[in-house]
Amino acid sequence: MGARDFIGSLFLKELFKGMAVTGRYMFARKITVQYPEEKTPQSNRFRGLHALRRYPNGEERCIACKLCEAVCPALAITIESEERIDANGQASRRTTRYDIDLTKCIFCGFCEEACPVDAIVQTRIFEYHGEARGDLYYTKQMLLAVGDKNESQIAADRAQDAPYR
Amino acid sequence: MEATVLHFFEWLWGPLWEPLWAFVKPVWPLIWTLAKIVLIMSPLLLSVAYLTFWERKIIGWMQVRIGPNRVGPWGLLQPIADGMKLFFKEVLFPTAADKKLFVLGPIMAIAPALAAWAVIPFSPGWVLTNVDAGVLYLLAISSVGVYGIIVSGWASNSKYPFFAAMRASAQMISYEISMGLALITVLMVSNSLNLTEIVGAQSKGLFAGMGAGFLSWNWLPLLPMFAVYLISGVAETNRAPFDVVEGESEIVAGHMVEYSGMAFAMFFLAEYANMILIAAMTSIFFLGGWLSPVGFLPDGFHWMAAKMAAILFFFLWIRATFPRYRYDQIMRLGWKVFIPLTLVWILGVGIWMMSPLTVWK
Repeated sequence: MGARDFIGSLFLKELFKGMAVTGRYMFARKITVQYPEEKTPQSNRFRGLHALRRYPNGEERCIACKLCEAVCPALAITIESEERIDANGQASRRTTRYDIDLTKCIFCGFCEEACPVDAIVQTRIFEYHGEARGDLYYTKQMLLAVGDKNESQIAADRAQDAPYR
Repeated sequence: MEATVLHFFEWLWGPLWEPLWAFVKPVWPLIWTLAKIVLIMSPLLLSVAYLTFWERKIIGWMQVRIGPNRVGPWGLLQPIADGMKLFFKEVLFPTAADKKLFVLGPIMAIAPALAAWAVIPFSPGWVLTNVDAGVLYLLAISSVGVYGIIVSGWASNSKYPFFAAMRASAQMISYEISMGLALITVLMVSNSLNLTEIVGAQSKGLFAGMGAGFLSWNWLPLLPMFAVYLISGVAETNRAPFDVVEGESEIVAGHMVEYSGMAFAMFFLAEYANMILIAAMTSIFFLGGWLSPVGFLPDGFHWMAAKMAAILFFFLWIRATFPRYRYDQIMRLGWKVFIPLTLVWILGVGIWMMSPLTVWK
């Protein structure tokens, strides 16, 4: 240890330097986002609450291919299907059950990636809650309702992202 | 003040006062002392509560955050909410714990932290008991505080609290020595163990005569001792960067691991009351207590409060700045740096006082 270092440590030079830094930051502009009043910007690729979409004629997009069920790493999706006449008058395969257990879901977005018809999507919604265990078990009707309610936002986000897909 | 209060009661009760006084007179000294204790304790506990709030705010600002601001205007009711929460929580007793010692631990932690205030003078005459061995009493009482941690660490019958008890006993005893030795220089120059007289001794001197009293306080002639005392004070209260006793990253919360509810709150109160006590002691021993820094402003309690607030802010500031010392570094600083330094300095001050260059006469 040189004489300079010795004098520096004797007079606590580096400690005072550190205190100068924290002292300066005390008056710096605060970066806290005051959540309920202020919100951070969201990406159009935000992976929030799931939704099932419909075509403009009201028919469900989902064709019960079960790719999402297969790819889901958390095994959160359960699908059962049947054959029925769709809105175009043709016989087609459709779901009778499409459930997502959001307590299992890890919001990885694989279901949305796997879907060949853009039926299952993730919306920007992240402020929802359940007060009982079953409340976060979303059934087909609930997912379709989310989709119907937010279709314009969902469609706009998909359109914005389309050039990169 | 006592006479004023008695006159007020006499006026309040009118003709009923004489028979009442005959009844009250034998126990009056007790009532009067209790009233003074309440007068010291209630602002103290209030400042403890708001010190926790202030700490969270200051550290928040230094970390470019806002800090608590949700409960009440500007978050000012936050400590009240915290207190209510702790008050209504259950105190759990671990099965393996020694019940009696487990209860005794927090009590032994907080009792000395509050008892020490008996001899602290806030202003000339504003002191509960003006004892001549005030410094001795303070050192004795603050040494007892370590038993609270040792007893609770032992009684919990769990490994982390036990580690904390070991660490606390080694650390607090080491730093008490350097603290005591640093105080010896103060006693030498003020020639008294009475806290009021120690402050009085700082009002005399060359610079005080020139109207720059703050240069006559003990901190300047005893500067290295002031630094040693302040740093030992931080170590003594187990505050960051010397908080290995709590050491959340290694031993969770040390001696407080098994405590909940009010029992935990007692440790919390004791820690912050000790911080305020160290601040009060530092301002009395080194910063001239209630003396005004400049000649043209009057002395008074407000100066004492301002000095205590500045020292407390310093404690929070270093907590926000420095990472925790390693345990062997703490021991090295205490035994190999502070104790030799204070011993040499005592000798140096002694020689200085005997020499013709002395500033203390």
